[in-house]
Amino acid sequence: MPDRNLPRIYVPRDTASVSIGADDIAAKFAAAGFDVVRNGSRGAAWLEVLVEIDTGDGRAGYGPVSPEDVQSLIDADILNGGEHSLRLGLISDIPYFKEQTRITFKRAGDIDPLSIEDHIACDGFKGLGAALEMGPQACVTTVLNSGLRGRGGAAFPTGIKWQTTLDASSDQKYVVCNADEGDGGTFSDRLSMEADPFSLIEGMIICGYAIGATKGYIYLRSEYPLTAEILSQAIANAYTSGWLGRDIGGLGIDFDLELRIGAGAYICGEETSLLDSLEGKRGMVRAKPPLPAIKGLFGKPTIINNVITLASVPAIFVDGAESYAVYGVGRSTGTLPFQLAGNIKYGGLVEVPFGLTLRDLVEGFGGGTCSGRPVKAVQVGGPLGSYIHPSQMDTPLDYESFAAIDGALGHGGIVVFDDTADMSVQARFAFEFCEIESCGKCTPCRIGSVRGKETLDKVLADDNADENLDILYDLFETMEFGSLCAMGGLTPKPVRSLLTHFPQDFGEAVIRRTAATKDV
Amino acid sequence: MGSFKQIDFGTPLSKSEEMITASINGEKISVPKGTSIMRAAKMVGVDIPKLCATDSLEPYGSCRLCVIEIDGRRGTPASCTTPLEQDMSVMTENAKLAKIRRGVMELYISDHPLDCLTCSANGDCELQDMAGVVGLRDVRYGYAGDNHLDAPTDASNPYFSFEESKCITCMRCVRACEETQGTFALTVGGRGFASSITAGANETFLDSECVSCGACVQACPTASLTEALIIDNGQPDRTVKTTCAYCGVGCSFIAEMKGNEVVRMVPDKDGGANAGHSCVKGRFAFGYATHKDRITKPMIRAKITDPWQEVSWEEATAYAATQLKAIQKKYGRKSIGGITSSRCTNEEVYVVQKFIRAAIGNNNVDTCARVCHSPTGYGLGQTLGTSAGTQDFESVEHTDVILVIGANPTDAHPVFGSRMKKRLRAGAKLIVADPRAIDLVRSPHIEADYHLPLMPGTNVALINAMSYVIVTENLVDQDYVEARCDMVSFKAWTDFVSQDANSPENMAETIGVPANDIRSAARLYATGGPNGGISGIYYGLGVTEHSQGSTMVMGIANLAMATGNIGLRGGGINPLRGQNNVQGSCDMGSFPHELPGYRSVTDDKVRAEFEANWGVTLDSEPGYRIPKMFNEAVGGTFRALYVQGEDIAQSDPDTQHVEAALGNLECLIVQDLFLNETARFAHVFLPGTSFLEKDGTFTNAERRINRVRMVMPPVTGKHEWEVTQDLARAMGYEMGYENPTEIMDEIAILTPSFAGVSFKRLDAGNDLQWPVNEAAPNGTPIMHVDKFVRGKGNFVVTEFTPTTEKANRKFPLLLTTGRILSQYNVGAQTRRTPNNVWLEEDVLEIHPSDAELRGIIEGDLVQIASRKGRISVRAQISERMQPGVVYTTFHHPETGANVITTDNADWATDCPEYKVTAVQVRLTNSKTEWQEERKNQVRQQRLIEAPK
Repeated sequence: MPDRNLPRIYVPRDTASVSIGADDIAAKFAAAGFDVVRNGSRGAAWLEVLVEIDTGDGRAGYGPVSPEDVQSLIDADILNGGEHSLRLGLISDIPYFKEQTRITFKRAGDIDPLSIEDHIACDGFKGLGAALEMGPQACVTTVLNSGLRGRGGAAFPTGIKWQTTLDASSDQKYVVCNADEGDGGTFSDRLSMEADPFSLIEGMIICGYAIGATKGYIYLRSEYPLTAEILSQAIANAYTSGWLGRDIGGLGIDFDLELRIGAGAYICGEETSLLDSLEGKRGMVRAKPPLPAIKGLFGKPTIINNVITLASVPAIFVDGAESYAVYGVGRSTGTLPFQLAGNIKYGGLVEVPFGLTLRDLVEGFGGGTCSGRPVKAVQVGGPLGSYIHPSQMDTPLDYESFAAIDGALGHGGIVVFDDTADMSVQARFAFEFCEIESCGKCTPCRIGSVRGKETLDKVLADDNADENLDILYDLFETMEFGSLCAMGGLTPKPVRSLLTHFPQDFGEAVIRRTAATKDV
Repeated sequence: MGSFKQIDFGTPLSKSEEMITASINGEKISVPKGTSIMRAAKMVGVDIPKLCATDSLEPYGSCRLCVIEIDGRRGTPASCTTPLEQDMSVMTENAKLAKIRRGVMELYISDHPLDCLTCSANGDCELQDMAGVVGLRDVRYGYAGDNHLDAPTDASNPYFSFEESKCITCMRCVRACEETQGTFALTVGGRGFASSITAGANETFLDSECVSCGACVQACPTASLTEALIIDNGQPDRTVKTTCAYCGVGCSFIAEMKGNEVVRMVPDKDGGANAGHSCVKGRFAFGYATHKDRITKPMIRAKITDPWQEVSWEEATAYAATQLKAIQKKYGRKSIGGITSSRCTNEEVYVVQKFIRAAIGNNNVDTCARVCHSPTGYGLGQTLGTSAGTQDFESVEHTDVILVIGANPTDAHPVFGSRMKKRLRAGAKLIVADPRAIDLVRSPHIEADYHLPLMPGTNVALINAMSYVIVTENLVDQDYVEARCDMVSFKAWTDFVSQDANSPENMAETIGVPANDIRSAARLYATGGPNGGISGIYYGLGVTEHSQGSTMVMGIANLAMATGNIGLRGGGINPLRGQNNVQGSCDMGSFPHELPGYRSVTDDKVRAEFEANWGVTLDSEPGYRIPKMFNEAVGGTFRALYVQGEDIAQSDPDTQHVEAALGNLECLIVQDLFLNETARFAHVFLPGTSFLEKDGTFTNAERRINRVRMVMPPVTGKHEWEVTQDLARAMGYEMGYENPTEIMDEIAILTPSFAGVSFKRLDAGNDLQWPVNEAAPNGTPIMHVDKFVRGKGNFVVTEFTPTTEKANRKFPLLLTTGRILSQYNVGAQTRRTPNNVWLEEDVLEIHPSDAELRGIIEGDLVQIASRKGRISVRAQISERMQPGVVYTTFHHPETGANVITTDNADWATDCPEYKVTAVQVRLTNSKTEWQEERKNQVRQQRLIEAPK
C-alpha cells in the first residue's frame, strides 16, 4: 500500500520506459524516501521517461528523465514547484496530450495499473454495471450502435460478431483477447495492457456477459514479458478482490480469465491460428467457415477481439453508444489509438477520432521525420499495409478513405521513412517477412513469398526485368485470390504500393511499366 | 494412394438428414446439409482440382487448387472447406479460376523434382494429374530458386520411405495419422517455407511413435510416402478385392498385383469393417505368403525322426487314408479327430468338420476357438441366446461410455482400436479394466476416466462388485429389464449380487482396485455418462481365458442387460475376436457338440437334416474337445489327428503335455503353410494356402461375412478344401464340390442363420452380417433389437471362485500373456516379415520394483519358472505393469511361453487359463532345458529328404 504521508512521484512502468531506465529511476526515488507510484505510460515515447508529480492543478511532468537526472530533480525540490530544465508543465497542457481524444486510453498514465481502487475511482466497473442492467441482447445492440469495429486490423463490426456468438447455442462459449500484437511499429495493445489492464478485463467480462461466455483467455505474445507480469498481477488482483471468478463484484455473474503466452509466431495474431495455438497446437490458419464466432476455441462459439476493441467497450457502456459514435466519420466511428513510429520526431501513441488526415498525424503530432529530412513514404497498417506517397498525405484516416486509395488502417501502426530510404528494400522485406512468418499451410503464401522475393531480386538485378515483372504481377494475383488468410493475401499489397509510388527505386522496367499504366 | 483409385469425393460424407438444394455450374443438386461444394460437385460429375483434400479426412483448405466462385459472394473460397448452402449458385470453371489454379500449380512445381518418368509414383501421382488438369506448361520462376530438392529421404521403415523432396506439405499424412489412426506421430516442423513433415520429435519414422499403419502412405498424393515394394517393382497391373487374414476385425483390402505378385495391399474405402483403414500387419506384412519357408509339396514320413519325403497329392492322401483306416480299424471309431482353423475360410472349415463327422464318423472335431473365445459362445448363448457379439463396429461411434475389459484394441485389433479412439477423442468416456496399463489408458488425446488395474483372475469379483453398485444404488434400468428379461432369473441375480460379500468395499482387496474407483466406474457405465447416454462393452481374451471365463462372460451380459444396454446402436457386448475367422469357424460347426449354426448333435431332428443332405448316419454323441484329445492321446486311445492351420504345439497351454500327446499319435496330419511346431510331430504334411490363394469367406467379429478372393493361384496346386475332399474320398466318403460357391450353398441350406448368404449376393456388393434369413434378408448389424434371440434375457448368478493358480512364496508373481501390435498369434506369418524390426523376441514385462527386488535390469536374461516348467527370456522394465504382475507374449516358438502355462481351464468350456500363471522370475545366464532341447530337435524334425 502506498504510504500517503510520503511525497509521491509517478514513474511509468511500461516496456519502453523500463528499457531506458524507468526501474532505476523509480528505485532511486524510492531510496530517497519518495512514495513511488508505477503508473502506465501515456504513450508519448519521445517524453519517456516521463516522471510526474501531483500539483493542486493536476499532474505536472518532467521528461525525458534518465536515471542520472534523478538526483538533480530531487535537489531541485520539484515537489514544491522547484525549477528544473526537464519540467514540462501540467500534463493536461502538453499539446501532444491535449489535442488527443482519449476514450480507450482515458485512464492511461493517471492510474496505478494494478490498483482496483484506482480503476473504480475512474468509473471502473461502471460499464459492467450498466451492461448487467440492460441484459445480453441490449449489450450487443449497444456495441452495434456504437459502430465499434475490430481494432486488430480487419475492422469487422464488433456488434455483428457478438450477435453471431450470442445467437449460437452451446454449453460453453469463450471470449478470447488477441494480444499477439505482432505488426512492426505498433504498440497500442501493449500500452493499454500495461497502463490500464482493468479496462481490458472489464471489457472481457462485459463481452462474456453479452454473449454468454464464462471463460476468457488473453493470448499475449511472448515478446511482452513485462506486459505478462502486469497482466498476471492485474488478473490476480481482480480475483482477490472478487472481480473475476464466481459472482463477480456481487453482481451474480461468473467469469474466469486466464493469461496464455504465445511462442513467437506472427501468424498467431491471425485469429484462427491463435485458436490453434491456444489449444496447444502448432498455430495454423483454419479455413473459414466455420467462423470462430460459431465454432472457435475447442470447437465452441468464441469471440476473438483485439485488446483495443475490448478495452474500448467499458467506455461505451459508461457513456452510451451514441456518445462514442459521435466521434469519427462515416462508418468509422469512435477513436483509434494510432502509433507513430519509424523515422519520426515525436513518436508515440496518439488516440484521435477517425477523420484526421495522415498529415495531421505525421506532421502535426509527429513533427515530421526525426532526421529532419522530407518524408518519402509512410507505411500505414502494419507490414501488410500499403506505403503511402507524400501526395496522399491529406487522406483522412478512416477505414473507407484508406480503402479508396488501396490502403488500410489496420491496427493503426504508422511507420515513417525519409527520402534516404530505398523502398525496394522494403518491398523485398515484405516477401521475406511472409516467407518467415507464414504458417506454411497454403501454397500461395508458403511458396509464393519465396518466389516473390526471388523474382523481385531478378527485377532489381535487371535480369529479364520486364518478363519477371509480369511474373511478379501474376504472383500477386495468385497470392491475393489464392491465399487462405490475410497474411498471404495482403503480402502483395505493400509491394504493389511501392512499385506504383516509387518506381524509381526499382529500376527501368518498373519505371516503364508504371508510366505505361498511368497512361491508360 | 492406390493405383486403381476408388472415387474420391474430396471431403467426408455429411450425415445430416436435412437436404439443401443449390446449383453447380447451372446444374441443380440436392445434398445433405453440410456437404462441401467439392463433394457436391463430384456428385454431379464435376471434378474440381484438388491436392490436400481426400474424402477420408476432414477438409483442410491448404492447396488452394479447389477455389471456386459463388454468385453474390466476394472472393474465391476453397470448395473443400466451404459447405454448399441453400440456393447457392457455384461456378467451378472460368478464366479467373483457371489462372489462380495454374498460378498455384506453378508454385508447387517450382519446388518439386522434375523426375516424373523415373518417379515411383509415375502414373499414380495426384500432383502429376493436377498439373495436367490445370494445363501447366511452364514454370516461369525457373528451378534455381530456394527449394527442398536436396532434402533427405527417410527409409528407416521397412515398408515405406519418406522422400521429403517430393513432399508438397499438404499435411494429408499428418492428418491421417491424427484423424484416421489417432497416433499423432507426425507433425510439421519449421515455419513458412521451412515447413516440413517430421516424425516424432525430429526422429526417423522407425524411431518415432509411428505404428506403421500405412494411413499416411495411403493419404500421400505424391511419391513422397511410397511403399518399398512399389519403389522396387513399379505400378501394379490389376487388382483383386479381398479380406485380411490377421485379426478378427476383418479389414477389406484391394490387392494390387503385378502378374501373380502382390505389390501393394490397399485398404478398401468401402470395407464395412475398416472403411479404408489398415494396420501394419494387414497393410504390409503379407510377405510370408511367398516366404522361402513355405512348403508347397505334400510330404509323408513313417516316423517323426525320419526325414520328410516329398510325394504327389495322390500319394499323400492315399497314404493318409490308409493310415487312418488302419488306426480306426485297430482302435475304434473314436480314435481319430480333427481340428479346424480360425485362419481358414468358412468353406474350408465346413468341409473339415464334415469330413470328421461324415467320413470318419464321429464328432471329434474342435477348433482353436476352444482356447480363445469358447466361453463367449457359451456365456452369450446362456444369457442372450446366441454365440456372437451383438454390434457392428460402426456402433462404437454412438457409444457414450466405453468399457474395455481384458482387451487391448490398439495392439490386437488396431483398426477397430483407431475407430474407438476417434470416438473417445470426440468425447466418449472410457473405463479400462486390465491388469496392465494398455495404450488406451493414456495415449495422445485419450485418457481413461477409470483404469481398474485388477489382479489377474479377479474378473468375476470385479463384475460382481460393479453389479452390486448398480443394484444397490438403484441404477438398474427397471423398465428395460421388466420388458425384456426373465424376471425370475433377474430376482435371483439381484439377490445374489446385492449380498454384502460382493460389495466393492469387501472385494477391493481381492481385486486390487480401490472400492471408490469400482463404484465410480460402475455408476459411469450404468448411467452412460453425464448426459445419460449409451454404454458399450468391448472385451477380449482377458475375459475368456480364465477358469471362470464363461462366468465372466455371463457377468458381463448380466451387467449390460440390467442397465438396458443391449439391442441398441452404441451399446451391446462386443467380444473382440482374435483371429480372422474365429467367428466363422465356430459358426461352421467346429465344436464337438454342435453342427453348423450351433445346432446340437444330440438333437435328432437337427441330425436328421444333416444326415439327409450328407447321406450318412451321424454320431449322436458329442465328440472330444481338444484337451480331451490330448488326454486320450497320452492315455493311448486317441491315435490320429488331422490339424488344419493351427499350431497347437505352440499355442496351447502346458506345452510339455501337448508334446507328449502329439508324440503318442500314430498318424498326425498337418495342413499348414509352414513346418510349424506341431508339424515336428507329424507324419503327413499337406501344404496349405495363404489367404492370397484362397477363395471363400471369412466372418469377422461383427458377424460380417467377407469375401476372400483368389489373388493368386494356390502355389500348392490345390485349394485346401479340395485336399480335405480328396482325403474324404480316399476314406470312401464321396464329396463332390466343384467350387467353394457350392459349399456355401450347402451351408446356407443347412444353417438357418446363413439362409440368405451366397457368393452371388456377396459378390454383388451386399454387406451381410448374420443372421441373414427371411426375417433379416439384408443381415443383422445389431442383434437383440426388439427381443433377445433366446426370448427373455436370462440372468445368471455368477459366484466368484478364485482360481486354484495362486501366487505363493515359491511363485510370488502372476504372469499374464497377450500379444503386441506388430506380431500376430504364434507369429507364423509375422515372424516371416520385416515386422520383426519391432519385436525380434518375446520379452518379459516387469514392474521396476519387482525388477529391482530381483536385481534385474533392462535387457537381462531372466528365467520364468512356474509349476509347469521354465523358460528364459529378456526382461523389459515397464511401468505398464503393476507390482506383482508380469507379462509376456507367445509370438516366438523359441520362447515356448506355453511351457509355463498350466492346464487350468474354464469350468464350462475348457478354455485354458492363459491369463493367470503363478511364477517366479530370477536372473539367469542360460536358456532352459526345454528351450535347448527344442533347439536340438527342431533341425532333425524338419529335415526334408532331397528329391531322388
